[in-house]
Amino acid sequence: MNGNPSNNGMGEIVETVARWLRGFILVYGISVVLYGHLSPGGGFEGGVVIACGFILLTLAGGEQQGQRFFSRRMALGFGSAGLLIFLVLALIGMGRADGAFLQNVIGTSDQAWFTLFSGGLIPLLNIGIGLLVASLLFLVFTLLATVGTAPEKEDPEGDDS
Amino acid sequence: MIEVIAILILLAIAAAIIVVETTNLLFSVISVGAVGFLLAIIFLLLGAPDVAIVQIGVEVISLVILVRATMGRDVEPAVGRRDFVGMVVAVTLVVAIGLFGMQIFADFPEFGSSVMERVAQAPSNTYLREGLASTGTPNTVTAVLLDYRAYDTLGEVTVLFCAVMGVLAILRRKARVPLGGDDATEDRK
Repeated sequence: MNGNPSNNGMGEIVETVARWLRGFILVYGISVVLYGHLSPGGGFEGGVVIACGFILLTLAGGEQQGQRFFSRRMALGFGSAGLLIFLVLALIGMGRADGAFLQNVIGTSDQAWFTLFSGGLIPLLNIGIGLLVASLLFLVFTLLATVGTAPEKEDPEGDDS
Repeated sequence: MIEVIAILILLAIAAAIIVVETTNLLFSVISVGAVGFLLAIIFLLLGAPDVAIVQIGVEVISLVILVRATMGRDVEPAVGRRDFVGMVVAVTLVVAIGLFGMQIFADFPEFGSSVMERVAQAPSNTYLREGLASTGTPNTVTAVLLDYRAYDTLGEVTVLFCAVMGVLAILRRKARVPLGGDDATEDRK
């Protein structure tokens, strides 16, 4: 039996495999976010992949294990930071005399096409969205998975507010 | 190609019927994943890898994991005697809407012919023609999402953020203000 994912994990074997896989999953998710303007993918997709890496850790190793790598407070902070990044980048365009909200102010030269550092604001916006989606999806998962369970008494991260 | 897609669609429909008809929660959730995975393959065959990644990530992984992980083990399957009148009303509605939809399907373009082939002034033509030059982004989907239609994306992101904040407010485990008495440290379920 795998039990309640919020309290205990699925056992030594599953936990070990999850520990091996987490790096690959995270690297894949980060690459999907960073290369979102060059290949299929983007902030939403990569964020979901990253969040699923942490969800796998939580499911395999129990809530404590998952919270050790990515606590609720961190998830809330990173999610808010992602939205803030998006908003700040959106406001940059308005600072210009002829600019507009969400204008792609950083131009890309022809030589820079198809390279990682191209597309102006688009990769940066992708990073913001990736942060937000990864953090908040994982936060929703931990919140839903621990409904009805008592918080750890000495757990400082148990308080979300 | 079209035969392969037809077979995949038939399999997806079969899986969707299993989702509704089975009384086992685990079978049902796995079948939801099968539907999403088959749809992802269809999207991939139709040349939409972006949508396929979203489909796998969101429907297959997130939905299945979230449903399976958060649902209690002792959930009663929602099976019982169905209301006959309600069933008749539902079937009548489905048939009526289906007949109405057939009229609309007659006006649909042929399968596989996109808007940009029929309408020269379609915005998608502009995106494809000038997308790389004006945004510097080879991935046109990202160019549309984060440059041409970035305002929509801002709204999407904000909606996601607000939804999570709502879940956080409802499901947090400790009350910020204790409900009363001295049990300030008492856990609120």
